[in-house]
This record gives sequence, structure tokens and C-alpha cells, in this order.
Amino acid sequence: MIGIVGYGSHIPRYRIRVEEIAKVWGADAPAYKKGLGLNEKSVPAPDEDCATLAVSASRNALRRANIDPKQIGAVYVGSESHPYAVKPTGTIVSEALGACPFVHTADLEFACKAGTEGMFIALHLVKSGVVQYALAVGADTSQGAPGDALEFSAAAGAAAFIMGSKNLAAELLDTHCYMTDTPDFWRREHAYYPEHGGRFTGKPAYEKHLYSATSGMLEKAKLKPEDISYVIFHQPNGKFPVNAAQKLGFKEPQYKLGLLCPTLGNTYSGSSPMGLAATLDAAEADRLILLVSYGSGAGSDAFVFRTTKKLLEIRDMAPKTRKQLDEHKQYIEYGTYAKFRRKILRAE
Amino acid sequence: MAMHVARNWRETPERYRMEAAKCKKCSAIHFPARLICPECQGREFATVRLSGKGELATFTIIRVAPTGFGDLTPYAVGIVKMDEGIHVMAQIVDCNPEELKIGDRVVSQFRRINQEGKTGMILYGYKFVPDLGL
Amino acid sequence: MNEVAIIGVGMTKWGELWEKSFRDISVEAALKCLDDAGVDKVDSITVGTMSGGLFNAQEHLGSLVADYLGQRFVPATRVESACASGGLAVKTAYMEVASGISQYALAVGVEKMTDVDGGDATFALATASDYDYEAFHGITFPGLYALMAVAHMKKYGTSLEQLAQVSVKNHHNGSLNPHAQFPCAVTLDQVMTSTMVADPMRLLHCSPITDGSAAVLLVPLAVAKKMNKPYAVITGIGHASDTIALCQRKDFAKLEVVEVAAQRALKMAGKTIRDIDFAEVHDCFSIAEIMVMEALGVVESGQGGPATMNGLTALDGDFPINPSGGLKSKGHPVGATGVAQVVEAVIQLRGQAGPRQIKNARTALTQNMGGSGASSIIHILEAR
Repeated sequence: MIGIVGYGSHIPRYRIRVEEIAKVWGADAPAYKKGLGLNEKSVPAPDEDCATLAVSASRNALRRANIDPKQIGAVYVGSESHPYAVKPTGTIVSEALGACPFVHTADLEFACKAGTEGMFIALHLVKSGVVQYALAVGADTSQGAPGDALEFSAAAGAAAFIMGSKNLAAELLDTHCYMTDTPDFWRREHAYYPEHGGRFTGKPAYEKHLYSATSGMLEKAKLKPEDISYVIFHQPNGKFPVNAAQKLGFKEPQYKLGLLCPTLGNTYSGSSPMGLAATLDAAEADRLILLVSYGSGAGSDAFVFRTTKKLLEIRDMAPKTRKQLDEHKQYIEYGTYAKFRRKILRAE
Repeated sequence: MAMHVARNWRETPERYRMEAAKCKKCSAIHFPARLICPECQGREFATVRLSGKGELATFTIIRVAPTGFGDLTPYAVGIVKMDEGIHVMAQIVDCNPEELKIGDRVVSQFRRINQEGKTGMILYGYKFVPDLGL
Repeated sequence: MNEVAIIGVGMTKWGELWEKSFRDISVEAALKCLDDAGVDKVDSITVGTMSGGLFNAQEHLGSLVADYLGQRFVPATRVESACASGGLAVKTAYMEVASGISQYALAVGVEKMTDVDGGDATFALATASDYDYEAFHGITFPGLYALMAVAHMKKYGTSLEQLAQVSVKNHHNGSLNPHAQFPCAVTLDQVMTSTMVADPMRLLHCSPITDGSAAVLLVPLAVAKKMNKPYAVITGIGHASDTIALCQRKDFAKLEVVEVAAQRALKMAGKTIRDIDFAEVHDCFSIAEIMVMEALGVVESGQGGPATMNGLTALDGDFPINPSGGLKSKGHPVGATGVAQVVEAVIQLRGQAGPRQIKNARTALTQNMGGSGASSIIHILEAR
């Protein structure tokens, strides 16, 4: 048996509303809110980046796992906003947690899928018996170009999971992957903002990969949508995952716990992992959870977990995701947002 | 700002994990670590990690910032009385500085402190945020 | 041990001296001092300066000053204790004379601060804090003293008005001092509405960035008596250090280092604070003067603010503080400040202070401070 022994998330304190961004660019805010299923998004403080978010989420995971950080044998940080182009984020996270020096670490990048990539590797490394515990983090301070549709959704947040083989809060039942080379979204080396294929990001990209991974997963695990109590899909906006759920035969009670995007935005590598963290915060014991990520480029990782009674014991040991999302926030105007995200040219 | 790779790197235990030294003779805790205890002259110490929790003993709001901190103004810097009894100075963030009060409960978080220009090292360390009991 | 007297003093006009270099101002003050004493050759030179390296990219300052003062081959020493470097230079010169090693010991305090921009000057000054655990976190010196001010206000109820009154009083005194950088009076309202720097320290609570130098010549008392010049005797010296980081002190509303140094100086002079006629103290920020007067024992802890408001420390008060205008109005070229405090004390004791002369000034105390109170040097001087 392998699975999740501890989990945690971190959401920055600041938020900006769709209206505030729309006002600057003369965009139709009600139309965007409806079209994207999005009201506001999180904004990282000027002293937060992928590494700091990852550390905060991991510390929360460590609280719930209640293990000695030295027992963590592997640390994987998935992000598209690693603070260095060359120099690992994983070493920063490992050092801050106190997991060094006997630890394997790697930084991962696969657009919005890098978080679940780490989870996939961590789970299977524990399964192989190579390490006792492995930590996987999805963390991003994602950038959308000013004025681009992505600016409404590109948000910041992180979720971390410690995988192990005993005292499981959620047991892994199975995994499944679906991958092709599909150029729907990218950012070249040295480019500051990502570019995307517009409506090409929909049907041939998100829908094809995520839908295929989901049906493949259910088929492989011999499950039907109604067997699943909670489902989490990648959330680039509030609309795609809801459409996916409906088309794939899931109903609102199944996806509502994990749907954070309308008030969080798209935290890229953190997106579906944070949805899983929010689900674990409130799920009942002995229920099935289906998690399906999506990363541009493109591919999906699918996981089926079964919650345990242990989950109910550990989840109050660290800040819950919804609480951070709903209760701990301060709205900022576009000027402050531009300052925080260093979009203002200052003297050197 | 000049490059100080080794200088900052060697502070990692203190800055990343708030590691302090506890005197084996008189149990006084020192942050950062010392080679000799100023309380009892003891020279043997155990490494302990501070809980990161404490309360604000005094604070100010920096409006004229030194080099490298200009993006953050106005920002609060305070002295925090840690639950272990010792005091630590750091920024207080994720708050409205105007609303801070002496005695406020705070908790440490891992944040970026500064960076060595646009291409140099990013310097991380502890700051404090209001303890909202989340 | 020889008794030691000050036989000559000199200082430059302080301010933003764009035309003058480090060596220009240090030599100018030293020459004025030597001319004042009527001496042309010295046995040793002590240069007090905080950071020639960061302000001027120049170290080895003892030799530089000796060389340009025309005193080649004289033993020259540079001493440093942050903003108390000047006081330390006077103490070092005292030891030269008291020990009998030097007969004519020159102490020069100097800082040339405007050769770097504001950011670099702030950085240079911040190195007087615990760099890795204070300045690293973005604290500034106005910020460090603001932390003390907030603690003092909380503990004793010290008011913003009381803090501002320190600046009003010192600017009034400075307006009577031709050497001052800002010889202008300011009103309470001007201070209390000036630009906020680090709450509650506003611009007019803070000493400025200054270029300046000051020098004193020390000789054995026996020699001074034969020179037919007015002199003052150094009868007490107190020097103490404390934790480099403010946060490691027991009480942020108290300057223990000053208390300890004062007790030592008074004991050496065989006096109590009631025997002192006036003091020059280190008012780098308004709160500092309030905390220093409490640490010296001029008033009880917490009474510095009300006493300032009531005029105790005004020129015509019972215990005048900073007749020169203090660091606030006269300026604060950090390494020069401690020497200039002694210069002012000597001028007052000689009765040469003109419109700011304190009546019947016979015994003076000077208090110089380094960093946030990690060092302090106190001198007691007497007219004979």
C-alpha cells in the first residue's frame, strides 16, 4: 500500500478582481467573468516566488505527515516559474525543510502538469521501495502577459504531498497517463511571458488529453463515474473543468470540493494538486478521489485515491485550503498588482 | 549589490530553518549561534529549531528603503519575542503595517529577502506574518 | 599616569562640502586645532573615522592624514567604533598622553559622506548594525531608532510632540552656531509634519548626512599649564560596548551602554551627574537624546520627554543639552561627531561660545554613541 501521508497548500494573501484588470484594458468584465467562470485570482506578494510557496505548502504537509524531515528521501518541485533558470528549486525546498543532505531532488516543468508529474514519480519511487517518503510539490507564480486573456487567470499557489507506505491518509489505487506532442501553449527560454494557440488550447489540447486520460483511467481501474465521490480536473479557468465533468458523466457534488479556480485563478502546476488538497480537507473516509491534471504541450496524469480514517485525524493539523482562499485575503488595485509583479519599469 | 555567495550561503541554517544554539550548561538559547555563551561562558551547544511563533515586541514602518528594498516600501520591520523567549528582528509582511500593534501574534514564513541585482543570487530567509490561526 | 588637558581645538564648517575632499577637511580641522594651540609638531595622530572604505574607497587613513598634515613619520593610528569613532579617537589620544608615550597627541575626527549617493551612504551606515541579522532584513538606522522610540512610547507614554521638541530645541541652539550644517530654527509643527522616514521618525527627527571634521590637541596637564593658553582637563572617561544587534538587549527603551559608560566616567572624575553643568550628547535621532539623558541619570527613566518639553535641557535650562545644536542641527559626519562634541565642550568651558554660551560652565560631559547603542564613549571635562 502506498499513498499520501501528509499534504498542505499555500495561497498568497493578495487578490485582484477580474473587474480591476478589465478596467485597465477596456475589456468587458461581465463577459470575461461568465466566459472564464472566474471572479478573481490570487497574486503573490513581492517577496513570494515558486520556492517560497513550495516551502510553505511543504511545511504544512510535514505538519500533517508528522514525520522527521530527514526521512524524506526525495523532493520534486514542479513549476513553470522556477526562480532560477539554472539552479534547482528542490535544493532550496529540501534545505528549508531540513531534508538535506541524504535526499534525491529534481525540478520538473511541464506547463500546468509539473505538480502531478512530481506526485507520479514520488508515488512510484515509494512503491519501488527506493525511498521511505517522497515529497512532491506543485507551485507557481504564473505570469500572463498584460492585456492578454491569461492575465485574468494566471495566479499563484502551491500544494505539497508527502508520499509513503504506512499511516496513509489516502491510498493510491492506480495511475494512468495520456501524452502527445501538441503545441497549445509555450514559453521560450528568456521570454518573460508565455504564448498560446488561442482556441487551439481547447478541443485538441485540454479536452482531448484530459478526457482521454479520464476515460482511460476509469477503464483501467474498472470504475464508472458514479463510483467516484470526488473528482478534480485541471482548472485553467472555471469553465473547462465544469464542461469536462459534465461531458464525462460527473455531477456537481463530485467536483465542487476541488473546484477552486473561480476565486483562485489558475495556479498552473499548483492547480489540480491544490484542488486535491481542498478535497482532502473535507472528504469523507473510505471514498474514491479521481485527480486528472493537464499540462500544455501536452498531457494528462490521472490518479485514483481512496481516503482513509487517518485523513480525518491529520487534516486539522495545518491550514486548510478553502480557509486560506476565503478568509485570508486582501484585494489590491491594478497599480499595486503591477508593482508586486514587477511590471513597472524602475531605475536600476 | 556585490556578490556575497559564500557569506550568504553559510547563514542557511539560521535563515532557512531558524536554527539556534542552546547552551548545554545554562539552557540559554542564542540566535544566531555563538561559540561561547554570554550568560555562563559555556562552550557546548545543541542545535534547536525555533518554533517560528512569537509576538511583536516593537516595530516600525520603513518608508525610505535601503538599496534592494525599494520594491517593498512601505514595509514593516519588527522585533519579535519568540515563544522560546529570545528576540529576532525581521520584516512583518502580509499585513497592513498601519494596523500592527505591540503584542500581535506572528508566525514565521519563508520569503525572499533580497537579490543580488538582476542576475545574482536570490537571498531567502524568514519573515513574520500575522498569526491568523488558520 | 599623567593628567591630560586639551590645549587646542579646531573644526571646519560642516555641511555638503562639494569642493572639499576627505584629506582637505581633515587637514583643515587639524591645522585650525594646531594653530589654536600654537603647536606645529605632534608626537602622535589618532584619526577617528567610521568608513573611509565605503564612503571614499580609501583606507589607511592615519597615514593619509599625517602625510597631508605635514607630519611625515609621526605614528598615526585610525580607530573605528562606528558613529563613536570620534570619541574613541579622543580616548586613544588621551591614553597616548596619560601613558607618557606622547606629549602632543592630536585626535582628528572626520567623515566625508557625500562622495557616494544616498543609497550607498545608507548602506555604509547600515554596516554599523549587525549586518547579517539586521541590515540584511531591510532595517535602516532611522528604523532601528524608531524601534526604540515605539518601545519607549509604549513603556513610558513618550509623545510625538516630546520627540519633536528635541529637534526644535537643538535647531534653536544650532542657529547660534556658525559651524552648523543647518543653522536654522524649526517649529514643532514643521518637525511633526516633515516627511515620515521610519514611523514615528520623521525627517526632522533625523540627523543629516554631513561632510565635516574636528580636531583636538591633548597634552599633559603639566605642559598645558606652561603654555599660557586656556585649556580644559579631561577628568573622566567611560567607554562601554553592548550587543551589536538591538534585538538581543533586555530592554529596547533603555540604552544600557550609556548608563554603564556614564557610571565609569563619573566614578573616574569623582562626580555625580548633578555636578555636570551641561552635556553634548549623541542625538542622531530625537529619541536618542531622550534615552541618553535618562541613561546618564539626568532624569528618571521615562522622564526624558516631559523634561525636554519643560525646558530642562534648553540653553537656559537647568541642564542644557547640545548647546552646539547637536547632531540634528550641526550635522553628523559620523567619525567627526565625537571629536566635535569635545570641541564644543572646550569652547563652552573657555567661555568662547558667543550667543550660545552657557553661564558659569565649569564641568561638561560629552556622550558619543556607536550603532544602535553597541558602543558609547563618554568624556568629562573641567575648566581649570
